[in-house]
Amino acid sequence: MNRSTIDLWVGIFVVAGIGGLLFLALKVGNLTSLSSSEAYRVDARFANIGGLKVRGPVKSAGVVVGRVADIRFDNESYEAIVSMNIDNHFQFPRDTTAKILTSGILGEQYVGLEAGGDGVMLKNGDRLRLTQSAVVLENLISQFLFNKAAESKPEAKDPAK
Amino acid sequence: MRVADVRARLERLGSGVTFHVLRLGFASRFLGYLVVHSGTALRRFRLTMAQVYFAGVLSLIIILVSGMFVGMVLALQGYETLQRFGASESLGVLVALSLVRELGPVVAGLLFASRAGSAITAEIGLMKATEQLSAMEMMAVDPIARVVAPRFWGGFISMPLLAALFSAMGIFGGYVVGVQLIGVDAGAFWSQMQAAVDLRNDILNGVIKSVVFGIAVTWIAVYEGYDAPPTAEGVSRATTRTVVTSSLAILFLDFILTALMFTGGNHQ
Repeated sequence: MNRSTIDLWVGIFVVAGIGGLLFLALKVGNLTSLSSSEAYRVDARFANIGGLKVRGPVKSAGVVVGRVADIRFDNESYEAIVSMNIDNHFQFPRDTTAKILTSGILGEQYVGLEAGGDGVMLKNGDRLRLTQSAVVLENLISQFLFNKAAESKPEAKDPAK
Repeated sequence: MRVADVRARLERLGSGVTFHVLRLGFASRFLGYLVVHSGTALRRFRLTMAQVYFAGVLSLIIILVSGMFVGMVLALQGYETLQRFGASESLGVLVALSLVRELGPVVAGLLFASRAGSAITAEIGLMKATEQLSAMEMMAVDPIARVVAPRFWGGFISMPLLAALFSAMGIFGGYVVGVQLIGVDAGAFWSQMQAAVDLRNDILNGVIKSVVFGIAVTWIAVYEGYDAPPTAEGVSRATTRTVVTSSLAILFLDFILTALMFTGGNHQ
């Protein structure tokens, strides 16, 4: 085959291959939403983070506004400190509440932000004061059982009266 | 009688093991020599480019078509399982992660071994059988630098590109079946995929895998060709061995690489 034809096809092949890699990186991966330069960092303390992972989404009203950047354990207060990178496009009031929620029954856990009414906006390095921990199924069940036990006590006393 | 029998068997076993260790040693020395003497292949890049055409461009059809079908099957099978848990929106994640992490590099590697690897072995083996390699040596042309090295680098360049195209095509096939035919929401398909697939953890590791497989397959192919007995039977056996050995090597290396990449300290 002609040399220049080979060159042409090899060129097309390499361009297509790099195009495939770019497609994987940009369209399939989350390179575009990973730009940490346009984000500010906010910390929040939780008594229990459940199954939250680094890189998990931070959502407000169901829309992804940022990602979990880091999860640490504070050995003095025995709490988890979750650092979140929130996109600069999204500004939240200072009294925003952070909750750890689960998408669906088997879905991943994420941080849900609920905006408060403060006029001052969060800035880089701030800490969210109002947090709500992940729901632990075991605690929920034991709470339910205690409630059941508490309900049945007065009835048990009744005949004694 | 019986002692002699056992002894003969042990000797056969021992010589078999020694033979394979010897071959492995020679193959490693061969790879070292090949890399050191690949100056010609890289300086006269047209030699390598012709091999990229041969190993890469001519493998495009089989890679693209198989990638498409693998992605389509993944979408069908994945949907069937996911919808039982009411998680059919995660179809994009399933298709993309399985392709980018595993199936892309592995299946593209296996196809590459049988499409390009066998051809490289047969070509070099036949050149040796028809004494073209000896003729080159007579003309003071190093056949390893002139014939083997361009084929090695051609495969080295082609394999990652082919694996990337395989994965991309598979995801497109998954999109066609999942979104267009079954009716999974297109937004959920792409957005969940983008949220779950990580550039470094998933895509880069997949590319590393495909590079390793490319090296392994082309190394085995050029070595088997160069080492083939210069007979018709020898060349045919070498070709078979290339496909068998490189397929096993791919699957073995895949296990090792997966164990290194995706376990321990991975915050997925």
